[in-house]
This record gives sequence, C-alpha cells and structure tokens, in this order.
Amino acid sequence: MNKGFRVLLAVALVVGLGALFPGASGAATKPNTELTVSAASSLTDVFPVIADAFTKRYPGTEIKFNFAGSSTIMNQVIAGAPVDVVATASEPTMQIGVDSKQVLRPLIFARNSMTIAVPAGNPANIKSLADLERGGLLLGVCDPVVPCGATAVEIFAKNKLDVTPVTRELDVRSLLGKVISGDLDAGIVYITDVKAAGSKVEFIEIPVKENVMTTYPIAMVSATENTELSNRFVNFVRFSTTSQAILRAFGFAKPW
Amino acid sequence: MRRQRAPLFLLIPGLVALIFLLVPLIALIAQTPWESFPKIISSPEALEALRLSFITSLAATGLAAVFGIPMAWLLAREVLPFTGLLRALVIVPLLLPPVVSGVALLEALGRRGLVGGFLYDNFDITFPFTTAGVVIATTFVAMPFLIITMEGGFRSLHQRYEDAAATLGASHKRIFFRVTMPMVAPAAIAGLVLCWARALGEFGATITFAGNFPGVTQTMPLAVYTALESDRSVAIALSLVLLVVSVGVLIALRGRYLQTRAS
Repeated sequence: MNKGFRVLLAVALVVGLGALFPGASGAATKPNTELTVSAASSLTDVFPVIADAFTKRYPGTEIKFNFAGSSTIMNQVIAGAPVDVVATASEPTMQIGVDSKQVLRPLIFARNSMTIAVPAGNPANIKSLADLERGGLLLGVCDPVVPCGATAVEIFAKNKLDVTPVTRELDVRSLLGKVISGDLDAGIVYITDVKAAGSKVEFIEIPVKENVMTTYPIAMVSATENTELSNRFVNFVRFSTTSQAILRAFGFAKPW
Repeated sequence: MRRQRAPLFLLIPGLVALIFLLVPLIALIAQTPWESFPKIISSPEALEALRLSFITSLAATGLAAVFGIPMAWLLAREVLPFTGLLRALVIVPLLLPPVVSGVALLEALGRRGLVGGFLYDNFDITFPFTTAGVVIATTFVAMPFLIITMEGGFRSLHQRYEDAAATLGASHKRIFFRVTMPMVAPAAIAGLVLCWARALGEFGATITFAGNFPGVTQTMPLAVYTALESDRSVAIALSLVLLVVSVGVLIALRGRYLQTRAS
C-alpha cells in the first residue's frame, strides 16, 4: 500500500467514524446554550432572522435549524430525532405530536393565508380564483398530505371550484420554484412565500372571504435535555414584540 | 473447492459491511404491515403508480436501447474524435445527483428552457408534468448504465469475427445484427436489466422535472415518498414491492452476480 493511499484511508476512517458517532463529540456533551429547532418549510426565511434576534437578546446561545415539510419534521420528532423545539404549519400535524406525548403545550405564534403565485408577467393572465378552472391551464398545488396542499383543497371546496392541477408538489418551495421558472402558469402558495421571492414572481390576492387561514404552532419537544432554553425560545417567538414584528415583516398575520 | 480461511483484518470489516447492507432490508420486511398489505397494494393509487412505473421504465429502457446501444458501439470502436472525453461526458448523468439531473432537464426542456422554449413557442409541446416527461427524466438517468455495460461488451468482442463476416460479403447492417449483437447478448441483457432497474427506481430527476401527480407522473418511488408524509405503513408496503422487484432483477442476473467464482 503506498503512503498516499494510507493517509487517505486513515482520513476517511476518522471522518466516517466521527460522522457516525456524533454522540462522542457532539450530542452527549452538547452545551445547554445550543438549541436544535425543526420547522416547516414555509418558515425557512423568517426563523433565522428571529434566531438572530434571540441570540442577540441571550448572548452565547446558538440555534440550529432543520427545515422540511411539517409531516416530515413531526415524523422525525416521533422517531426520536434529537430536536428541542418544533414548529409546524398546521395544528393537526402538531396535534399528532401532542397525542403521542412527544411535544408539550403548543402555542399558536402566527397565521398565514394562501395566494395565487404566477410567473413574472402573468402569461396566463390569471385574475381570480375562478380563472384556475380554465382548461389547459398548468396549475400546481401542494399534495394534500402537506399543510399547503390541504389548505388549497379547502379553498377549492369553499369556492366550489372544479380545478385539475398537473402536479402535487411535496413542499411549497418546490411548487413556487416551478412557478418562478415559468413551467407552471399558477400555483397555490402561502402569501409569505411570494413575499420572500420578491420580484421573481407575481401574485393574485385571494379575498379574505374566499381564503382559508392557516395557523403555526410551536412547542417544546418532551425529550429535550434543555428545557429552560427551549421554553425561552418558544416564548420569545410567541410573545416578544421583536419576534412578532419580524413575522409581520415577512407577511405572517397576527396569531390572535 | 476448498474454502480459504479469511484473515481477521479482512473478515471483520467485511462482515460489518454485510450487516450494514442487510439490516435496513430486514427492518423493512420486519416492519411490513402484513395484515393491510394486500389492501394497500391493491388500492387504486398503488396500482396506478405500479402501472405507471412499469410503462415509463420500459419506455425508458426501449429508448435507451435504440439510442444507447449505437452510442456504446461508437465509443467501443473509437470512430468519433475525442472518444475518451465523450465517454466521460456520457456517464456524467450516472454520477450526478438525480435532483441535479432534474434541474438540468428543466433548464433544457422546461417551458422556458433552452430547447423546451423553442418547442413550446413553435409546436406547443411541453414535457414537465406529463408522462413523457417521466420517460425523459428516467431515460436521462438510466441510459448511461446501458451504454457503459454495452461498451464493455463491444470492446471485449474480437473484431476478427466482424472482419470475417465482412470478407464473406455481409453488409454492415447484417454484420451488426447477425454477428455482433448475438455475441454481446449477455452484456446487452445485463445492461438492459440494470438500465430498467435504475429507471424503475428513479426519484429525484422525476419529481424535479416531471412533478408529482397520481396516474400521470407519480411513479412508485414518488408514491412511497408521498405516502411517507401521511401513512408510514403504506410507504413501507409500497417499498417492499420495489424491494421484491430488485431481488427479482438480481435473480434474473444471477449468471452475472450470484456466481461464487468467475468462470
């Protein structure tokens, strides 16, 4: 065996084993100033900003994020993922965690509603929800198994619309991506997603009486070893004026 | 054949590898909800996904055969300039993360893509969100498997057989179909089965390029992923079907991979 290969092998072994046993270096000795927060995809932009404000308020603390679809993150928590705080885009998803005693006392910290995202220039000339029934229109929604898709179904039912989407994406960000790229004529996404995307996408408002509000609960994971800081973060997100101001700036509605 | 005694420094890591590869498969079988299994896999959604998976993977394999086998021949015979570079380029999709392949396909064949924009503006043809889009995505990802397997086959074939046929006056077409192809048949079968298995398992490029809609673009792997968001037992049952298919492929290829010793 030549020397270069031996060195490479040794490095691969050390790195590989290190990654396999994070407990040896990370989790077991994890300082109680560090939090892991799992949050719904639609919180991808706003949560890091809230975390910055939190760590500024409580210097020395550190927050790590894991963003994915609400059901995915709840499944991970139930399966015992080392997470301290969880925030979902729907109450039923959070209730699954409450029922299995994996999370404690969720608090509603924000609300959101849906909008029709269209590519820049609105090539299909969408003006209202009713236009989505048009034949040949490439309409995208989220799959009903994730909150943004379940809400879209509610909106179609509420307005008695007969629509034929061409895709059911599994998270709202991939749906929005396909609207931005112009591969879809329209997509039902959260208002906050189009605000985050800026000028790359246009949106047609859905009037309040045709719309459906969604709620965002946040809760501490029962198995956390860091109760104090987890509680502090949950309360900060829900009650601090700083956090609520940031949520407003990103387009989220008041929780009350 | 007397079995050789394995030295410990090879035996132990080797067994670790074996356990590592087997335990997840055993867990999948152990977690299968046998009582609801028949109901899950005979549900309309599962049957739709299964049907779509078979159709699209077979179509992808057919396309790969029609275009990939000639490409493999061109590479093996080095008739094109820069064969080494071309070979590397052709197998890039094999190494690329499938989701990257999906993004690349959107940039090429999406409604505003390099080629897709032209097709949409002039002929009103779009590929994303159609079954054709699934076939394109899976062909892109799976064809390199056939090309590299077949190229090896063509290369290992001594050219004297083709030369002999040529001196006897056979046409190029006749030589290719009557001499070359029958002699590389084992490589062709292995390549086609590998290509088909890869097409059947394709997830990343498909969901990125073709989207996810039951009956149109939701193949088995997409159905598994979608089910995982709502009902884990459904996801496990569907996964088991794919596992059985994979094992079936292995059995079909037993001549190649299950031999204890190379003949």
